[in-house]
Amino acid sequence: MDPAFIVVQALSGLANASSLFIISSGLTIVFGVTRIVNFAHGSLYMLGAYLGITIVPRLLDIDRTPTMFFAGVLLAALAVGLIGVLMEVLLLRRIYKVPELFQLLATFGVVLIVQDLVQKIWGPVDIAGPRAPSLRHGIQIMGQRFPAYEMFLLFVGPAVLVLLTLLMQKTRFGVLIRAATQDREMVGALGVNQAMLFTGTLFLGAFLAGLGGALQIPRVPANGHMDLSIITEAFVVTVIGGMGSVPGAFVASLIIGLLQAFGILIFPKITLVLVFLLMAVVLVVKPWGLMGRPEATANRAVLPEGILSLKPFGTGERLVAALVVVALLAVPLMGDAYKTKVGIEILAFALAAFSLNFLVGAGGIVSFGHAAYFGIGAYAAGLLVVGPLKLPMEGALVAAPLAGGLAAALFGYFVVRLSGIYLAMLTLAFAQITYAVFFQWAEVTGGDNGVVGVWPSAWASSRSVYFYVVALLAVAAIVFLRRIIYAPFGYTLRAARDSANRADAIGIDVRTHRWLSFIVAGAAAGLAGGLYAFSKGSIDPTLISIGMSVDFLMMILSGGLQTVMGPLVGAGFFHAIKDFFMPLTDFWRFFLGLSIIVIVLAFPRGLVGAVDAGREALAHRRAG
Amino acid sequence: MLLSVQGLQKRFGGLVAAKDVSFDLAAGELLAIIGPNGAGKSTTFNMVGGQLRPDTGRVMLAGEDVTGLPPRLVWRKGVGRTFQIAQTFVSMSVVENVQMALISFHERTRDLTADATSLYRTEALAILDGVGLTEMADRSVSELAYGDVKRVELAVALASEPKLLLMDEPTAGMAPRERAQLMELTASIARARKIGVLFTEHDMDAVFGHADRIVVLVRGEIIARGTPEEVRADQRVKQVYLGETGVQAALKARRAAQA
Amino acid sequence: MNRAADRILLEAKGLSASYGRAQVLFGVHLELRVGEVVALMGRNGAGKSTTLKALMGLVPARGSVRFEGQDILGQQPYRIARLGLGYVPEERRIFTDLTVYENLEVGRKDATGDGRAWTLDRLFRIFPNLSEMKGRRASAMSGGEQQMLTIARTLMGNPHAVLLDEPSEGIAPVIVEQMADAVLAMKKEGIAVLLSEQNLYFAAAVADRAYVIEKGGIRFEGSMAELEGNDEIREAYLSV
Repeated sequence: MDPAFIVVQALSGLANASSLFIISSGLTIVFGVTRIVNFAHGSLYMLGAYLGITIVPRLLDIDRTPTMFFAGVLLAALAVGLIGVLMEVLLLRRIYKVPELFQLLATFGVVLIVQDLVQKIWGPVDIAGPRAPSLRHGIQIMGQRFPAYEMFLLFVGPAVLVLLTLLMQKTRFGVLIRAATQDREMVGALGVNQAMLFTGTLFLGAFLAGLGGALQIPRVPANGHMDLSIITEAFVVTVIGGMGSVPGAFVASLIIGLLQAFGILIFPKITLVLVFLLMAVVLVVKPWGLMGRPEATANRAVLPEGILSLKPFGTGERLVAALVVVALLAVPLMGDAYKTKVGIEILAFALAAFSLNFLVGAGGIVSFGHAAYFGIGAYAAGLLVVGPLKLPMEGALVAAPLAGGLAAALFGYFVVRLSGIYLAMLTLAFAQITYAVFFQWAEVTGGDNGVVGVWPSAWASSRSVYFYVVALLAVAAIVFLRRIIYAPFGYTLRAARDSANRADAIGIDVRTHRWLSFIVAGAAAGLAGGLYAFSKGSIDPTLISIGMSVDFLMMILSGGLQTVMGPLVGAGFFHAIKDFFMPLTDFWRFFLGLSIIVIVLAFPRGLVGAVDAGREALAHRRAG
Repeated sequence: MLLSVQGLQKRFGGLVAAKDVSFDLAAGELLAIIGPNGAGKSTTFNMVGGQLRPDTGRVMLAGEDVTGLPPRLVWRKGVGRTFQIAQTFVSMSVVENVQMALISFHERTRDLTADATSLYRTEALAILDGVGLTEMADRSVSELAYGDVKRVELAVALASEPKLLLMDEPTAGMAPRERAQLMELTASIARARKIGVLFTEHDMDAVFGHADRIVVLVRGEIIARGTPEEVRADQRVKQVYLGETGVQAALKARRAAQA
Repeated sequence: MNRAADRILLEAKGLSASYGRAQVLFGVHLELRVGEVVALMGRNGAGKSTTLKALMGLVPARGSVRFEGQDILGQQPYRIARLGLGYVPEERRIFTDLTVYENLEVGRKDATGDGRAWTLDRLFRIFPNLSEMKGRRASAMSGGEQQMLTIARTLMGNPHAVLLDEPSEGIAPVIVEQMADAVLAMKKEGIAVLLSEQNLYFAAAVADRAYVIEKGGIRFEGSMAELEGNDEIREAYLSV
């Protein structure tokens, strides 16, 4: 290969790395101090770009100089910093002490809200930004042209690193941030106003995100997809570098930038896969990233966020379960085709949600990418029916859980080696890989359009009959999973969740048991996906998107993580609400985001949890 | 010899946490490891229990080399352990904690259908009886006082009928009387069933009142070993660890033990 | 001088606190006067640590707490600390990633009132070991040195009174002796100390007065000598 080409390719990789570092450093600093993985960091980046294309041209109209250009970029970044302050004061401050799953969901709620706001203010069309005066030319490098602006960007990242290092090492603010990264309560007890410190940190983090976004405007037009695409990359960088470590983020950005620059030459379609594979390998070798440190585990015995004591069904519960099953069987008899369709969807989602709570509630494995297994099940079923094999529905419904289980076996092998936020990030990364593969491999999967014509076999082609097929399989799978929770295997999972040390010290192979549970849950989600595929007749990549994974999490959350049956209630509730409201408004993402935040703040124990708490309080009052 | 530790060495970066640590422990014997914080007690302990792999040296259990085995396999060879901060299954009841250990002991953790709450319940209740927890069997561990949680841990460790018990600061965080009760209970069980007990401890009553022999670790090295009397009388031990008050407390504990 | 010494610095009345639905403190009354060392004795789970945390604003509580004449109940911990109440937690909780100097920097606050401000020089006279390792990472210190650093760090905030949670728990006997010396040094500097303790010997070596707490309520109040002479109370609540 031409050496000049390699040099230019490397330089452009480094320029990308530099941009990536500016954004990721903000994410990692905010995580270090607040312990919150801020999903909305990508939204702040997007706002930086939009504010950039709004402010910078106005300033350039006054005077077409580099000074005006960069003044505009800085103004945009400062404005985003203030938005970060607003976010800290209004939301983050209220969720510092809630479990990380809730934090992730709440900040994802902000992502949804910002998406709709941006669309409302700036419209759905991409907006190209102005180019930087004096940096519009190209530089000749070994006979190749290299854009001057890229060359400039290449130096911004290292400059930010130097400034951040000075800030962290030489100023009192920096010392306090580093102290708070380790023990924020103690910092408060020593007389430091934590609220100010946290607000300051959010300003810094959001400023960096905004700066990263505003600096992009000469390179890429501002668009509504910038948030999620950058946040995934920034997550990967912070995870590889070690969450909370600024130098780690720098090293990881360099690696990722170069990997992308050269990966695209070798595997043009799967650079994203390469990046995620790198992340998986790094985490297996160094579970806390290159320069991260183990998360401090609570020394006290805290009750885990998940299923606690298991009580077998009493007479009341049995009665309710029987009524629910009877009501279910009656749905198609009402003769409303639309209700039957919604019923099928709820059943499929109920199984998926139940399988997720099998992981989260019983195993303490907070998967942020459960949609992957649901989607893989759906695609497996769909492609087998429509593809060259032309398998009947029956065969496809056997293949769906197998495919889900296989994928879970592969991804789970890496996932169960981690814990906490790193585990959540890796599950998310695997889901994004899956999404990328199905999205980009258009020859087989139909890409964005997906697969159409996925219909049940002739005997089950009537909606009512298919409803009963789904009801039978979903209920059977749920009953089986519930049985496992009450069986020694389920107890072993809870034991490993409550105290991995203790479980290990009584001979339990924690990793293997967690892996097996991941496979079981993946298979169940795969079955759910297969059932869902035949109800719609078509499949597309949204089934694997982050949004879908979040929907599943919202179902178990609104039902109640602590309960065994709650996810079923949550699935019914969540899907019914979404189905009802979505057609009514153009702002459904805004309202969905808002309701996610409200649920996290107001009903952290979910609907069934709230009912249980009410019953306990009543019993308490009677006893007292 | 039940446990024979030979020349264990462990470095963390530039820090030598354990240097040529060797000792033996016979069945039915109580051996205490004492020393200042950061002297390498926990490191030594974790190398015996399998939580850490030594750089060099061997750990022999009843003549079998168990060096570097993971904790769960060390446990299979007959080693039960308790932790400095009690580790229990907080979402379960007291008896379920012991049942869980029995389920693992009988290799039924992958059973997908049996009813876990009724499995080995009788056996678990018998074990709880041995540590005086029968009345609390069906209470949730999360509701218990800390002293009782420590006893639950002991019951869980005893469920697999171990040959050796590893107890990391067994009385940490307990009231004086609870400390004495737990140590008496442990000693009586160990002697009756010929279980060897290796423990670390800062409480002088527990160490000088119950240990048969004592090993003193300072900066990763053994600086003294012997009977409680010998260790108490050692000038270096007094200087770097016991101090004036420690010697007094040790003397008092010995007198109480002999009375 | 005597008048000043009798002045009440910290006073709790009817202090109650809960963790979730479990109530831990039931109306605790106690007071701390200028320049005295008071031991809060009781067995594990009696409510000692919770009392100190409630005074410091680290757990939500009801009742009344006055410090330096101000009502501090419900205030944020940092505000309470800025009024001159220091807190040394049970687990050392030093910032192991920071150097000794940086740890002290986190604790540094301007002096309030007319007290003589702590400087590094003055601090290093009491803790000579620390001056030799200013630039060292706290993670590379021994357990005993870390223990001293927690106290030094709190002193950098120029407190008038210090809450010391279980200073003798889980440390080597020689270090316990050093802790006792540190408490007496604080007393000599005119800082009042309220310490929670199970170890009667340690308390007897440093404290002027004692409270005994059991099941979240004060069961005994008196001089340290009275407590040592009262077999009944010791037998019933301290189980020694």
